[in-house]
Parts: sequence; structure tokens; C-alpha cells
Amino acid sequence: MGLATFFQHLTNGVSLGSLYALIAIGYTMVYGILRLINFAHGDIFMMATYFAFFAIFIFHMHWFIAFIVAILLTVLLGMGIEKAAYKPLRDAPKISVLISAIGASFLLENLATVVFGGIPKPFPTPSVFNDMVILGGVRVQKLTFYIPAVTIILLIGLAYLINKTKSGMAMRAVSKDVETASLMGIDVNRTISITFGIGSALAAVGGIMWALKFPQIQPLMGVMPGLKCFIAAVIGGIGSITGAVIGGFFLGIMEIMLVAFFPTLAGYRDALAFILLIVILLFKPTGFMGEKMSEKV
Amino acid sequence: MKRRNLILNIVLILLVAVFTIYAQKNMDAYKLRILNLCAIYTILGLSMNLINGFTGQFSLGHAGFMAIGAYTTALLTMKIEFKEQIFYMKPLIYPLNSISMPFLPSLLIAGFLSALVGYMIGAPALRLKGDYLAIATLGFAEIIRVIITNAQSVTNGALGIKMIPTYTNLYWSFGFAVLTVVFMFLLINSSYGRAFKAIREDEIAAENMGINLYKHKMMSFVIGAFLAGLGGGLLGNLLGTIDPSMFKFVLTFNILLIIVLGGMGSISGTVISAFIITILGEVLRFLDKPMNLGFIKTPGIPGLRMVVFSLLLMIVVLFFRDGLMGTRELSWDSIQNVFVKFRKLVGKGGVKNESFEG
Repeated sequence: MGLATFFQHLTNGVSLGSLYALIAIGYTMVYGILRLINFAHGDIFMMATYFAFFAIFIFHMHWFIAFIVAILLTVLLGMGIEKAAYKPLRDAPKISVLISAIGASFLLENLATVVFGGIPKPFPTPSVFNDMVILGGVRVQKLTFYIPAVTIILLIGLAYLINKTKSGMAMRAVSKDVETASLMGIDVNRTISITFGIGSALAAVGGIMWALKFPQIQPLMGVMPGLKCFIAAVIGGIGSITGAVIGGFFLGIMEIMLVAFFPTLAGYRDALAFILLIVILLFKPTGFMGEKMSEKV
Repeated sequence: MKRRNLILNIVLILLVAVFTIYAQKNMDAYKLRILNLCAIYTILGLSMNLINGFTGQFSLGHAGFMAIGAYTTALLTMKIEFKEQIFYMKPLIYPLNSISMPFLPSLLIAGFLSALVGYMIGAPALRLKGDYLAIATLGFAEIIRVIITNAQSVTNGALGIKMIPTYTNLYWSFGFAVLTVVFMFLLINSSYGRAFKAIREDEIAAENMGINLYKHKMMSFVIGAFLAGLGGGLLGNLLGTIDPSMFKFVLTFNILLIIVLGGMGSISGTVISAFIITILGEVLRFLDKPMNLGFIKTPGIPGLRMVVFSLLLMIVVLFFRDGLMGTRELSWDSIQNVFVKFRKLVGKGGVKNESFEG
């Protein structure tokens, strides 16, 4: 394999990894606060692409405005799901919340099938993203560079939000201990809502960029990325945002490299994430960045 | 009392047997298919309830075990000349291409193979808890599906297998369903069953009482996998065709819906709800088809049925968390209690009348 080809695979891996990272953050933030796998996260990601699609095609918005509208709608959707499906079960056994999450995920998938139709729709890619640049003899889509760039900008914003603002401090407090946080005067429900909002916004950005990269959207498109990004979050250490980013990049690059180096194993690409998950859970259950959690008796 | 319950149980099983014979001889193919599905989903629901409801280990790997069961039974029971026809992309490997077995041994082999895979999956996965276990088992089911899609010389890949002999009839499905129910009652009321429930309630306390957590979790998981493989085998030989896309997460979701509605940790609840969900699934089929409401014609909306099912799951979890039965069981004593209460109510009315007359 020549250096140029390797470089091309690497850029592909990095851009796929950034998408995984964006979605994985949503999982890790929700898990950090509620100790819950938000099964519906992958479907929130899918809905974002449909919002953007309809904003462009039905309402003829400029792509930039359409993307903003789509992100806002997705945030509302994410918060709405939390209010409807998770909030009533705050004190319920964990299994019930998990089942509710699975129910919410299936509801979104099937509602999307009913309302939008199951036939894949072509997603419009504005030419700004589609143009090619030639770099060291390799033709690369401009989007391939935009995706990691946008991801990094968002990550810096997120780091600021979590470490420097009051809401961020509230989030950190709630994820450490819900009861103590509420005794300190933190509005736990509001904090959880904000967490879902931020997670959904990142999923929306990830979703739109995903649709630009793989321009075909359909109601089940969120299932596999959703599962993989949860796995990325676990690999990085669930609950840790840095971990989710590392896990996302790791998984994305590994996937592209597997197909690049072993083309015969391409069919097993979707299984790779799960195999990695099991290996990680067996040997380092807390992931790369996770803190060791002791069990309370 | 015990003697009476035993007799009543035997009578009930005999009644089921009579009904099975009657139904098999007199009902049309459509009704038979639904009844078969009811029985198969009873087996699957019970197997999942054993792991999730009784032992409290949230496993989402049922579709994978069913796939193993369905493919094993299909490959073992198929006629050799059909095998050559179907595997035209890549020939089936030896020895599978030259055997054709009767149904019962194939089903049992399918069950044991599925149990073996369950053991191999359980060994690493059962060290995990809660949602980690859920995602790991879901991952294993997905890996099994990916392997089946890619191992073309064994499973015919994405093309699937057709012309599987349709051996499954009511005798097989109801027979195995009744056996499973009886087995589950015996298991749950044995010391193993009590250990399972102890693990569900509190793992640490159970361990302190001297229960070997790993052994019991593994036992429940392996038995569950065996039953799931059996159910998958029955399903494959009922439908006649199988392909990897059948065994997606949706299948696990349906079984999950059954045990949540019936009550996590109730055998009778699972049986009732398996029948309800399967029949409801057929009744609601009209939602996916074009409708003619006389004055207005709606086009078919595929997927609406699953919307109803997902809403149903969420409503049950949000508002009726115990489902139909919770962890209770329908027993002869509880039925008798209802009768006694009913008689008391009627009796009170009678007393009032007498005093009125007096």
C-alpha cells in the first residue's frame, strides 16, 4: 500500500471517527448523569437528517439556515423524549428505564417509516462540501476536512461549556451525586434536560454531516451508528467526554483500516465494533479514560 | 389440596391436548399458523423471562440464539436434493450436504448447539451487569447474524434458505410449549429457581447466602439459550424459509414486549401475553394494508403496526410497570380465592334479601 493510499484511508478514518465521536458524546453525557443507555440516541441522529432534508426540500431554505433549524428541532425532540420516556421513571428499576428507552427508539424508527416512508431519500450535498481538492496526488472531498474541523470546534465549545459555565458545573455535580447536587440547590431536572439538549444537538450536527458524507437517508440509518457510538463511548470509558472522543476516533480509524488492509473481511466490518466492545469489557471494563467505580452495598 | 391441584393440572393438559388434536384436524391453514406462532412465542417468551425476569440478567441476545436454532434445524432436516438446488452460489460443505434427519433429533441438536453458543457467550458476558450485559448480548446476536450472512458455504448467506420441510404442526409446537411450561414451573420452584430469584432481588445478598452467582447465572442463560434455539428451530420449519434479516433486533423486541406485558417473572403471565401479542400482531395487520372505510380510502402504511407495538411497550413500562401479572402466578388456589370472594359477595346479597323478607 502506497503512502498516498494510506493517507487517503487515514483521512477517511479520521472523518468517520469524528462523526462517531460527536454521537458518542451524547451517549456518554447521558450515561454520566442518568446511568442509562439512551437507546433512542441513534434515532435522534436519524431524525435530524430528516429535519434537514425537509427544511431544504419542502421549505426551500438555504442549506445553512436549514441545518440550524434541524439542529434546533432535534434539540427539542431530544428533550421531549427525556420528558416523556425517562423522567416518569426516575425512581424505577434500571431495567424499566432501559426498556422504555428501547421502546422510544422503536417508536421513532417506526414513526419515521410511517411518516417519511421506508424508501431511502437522496440527501442534497451543497457544492461547498462536495468539491474535490488534490493533496499530495490524492483527490479528497473537501467535506473530509470540514468534518474533523467542525468536530474540533464543537469539542472546544463543549469543553468550555462544561468546565467554565454554571450549567456545566451543575452537570458535573449531578453526574457525581444526584441527591447531594439537588440538596445544593441544583435543579436536577433542568440539568438533565440541558444534557439531553446538548447531546441531541451534537447528534444532529453528526447526523447532518453523516448525511452529507453518505448522502442517502432512511429510517433505520441511525441503528448501526447508534450502537457503534455507544460502543465507542464504552471503549473510551463511559461517562468521560474525552474518552468518548478518543473511542470515536479509535473505532472510526480501526473500521476503515480493517477494510483497507483486509478487504476479504469487509463483510465483518459491522461486527468489529462488537468484538472490540467485548474485548474491552473483559480486559478493561472502565475503558481507556474511565474512572474506577466502586459498588455501593 | 395438593392432590386436587395435581388432578386439575392433568385435566388442563388433557384439555390442551384435546384442543390441539381438534384444531390440527379442523382449522384452516391461517388459523393453524397463528396458533403455532402463539405456542412458539410462548416458548421464546418463557426462555427470555427465565434470563431477564427470573434471574434479572438483562439479555438482548435472543434473536441470535433463535437464528442458530433455525439454521441448524433447517440444514439438518432439509432434503438432500433441495440442498443442491438452493446452494447454487457456493455448495454446502460436507457433512451437511449429505444428511437429512428427522425433526426431533434436529430440534434437540439445534437446542444443544444454541446452548453451547450460549455458554461461550455467557462465559465472558455474564461478568457484566445491567445495561453492559444488555449491549454485550445484543452485540453477540449481531455478530452471529453477521457471521451467518458471510458464511455462505454453510448458511447460503444473504440469500437465505428456502424449501425447508414444514414439519412444525400444532402437535410439535403445543407439545414443546406445554413441556416448557411444566419444566419452567418445576425449575422455578426448585432450589435453583429460588437461587435465580435471589440473584434477581439482590446479587450481593444472594452471594452472601452462599449462592454461586456465576454458576446460576450461567445455568439460567444456557437453559434460556437452549429453549430459544428450540423455538427458533420450530419457527424455521413453520415458515419454510429463513434468511439473516429475519433475525434482527426487532425479533428480540417482540419477545421483550411479550415478557414486559406478561410480567417479568411470571410464567402464566408470559403464556397469556404470548397469545395476546401474537394474535394482536395478526389482528393489527390491517393497519399495514390499504383500508377502505366506506367513504374514505387510506393507502397502506407499512410500519404502523410496529408503531402500535412500541407505544404499547412504552405505555406498559411507564404506567403499568408490573404488566399483567407482575411476579405473581395464576394458580388453582388464586382462582379458587376469586370464586370464594365472588360467592361471599353473592352470599351477602342473599342475607340482605332474607332480612328484608323477615
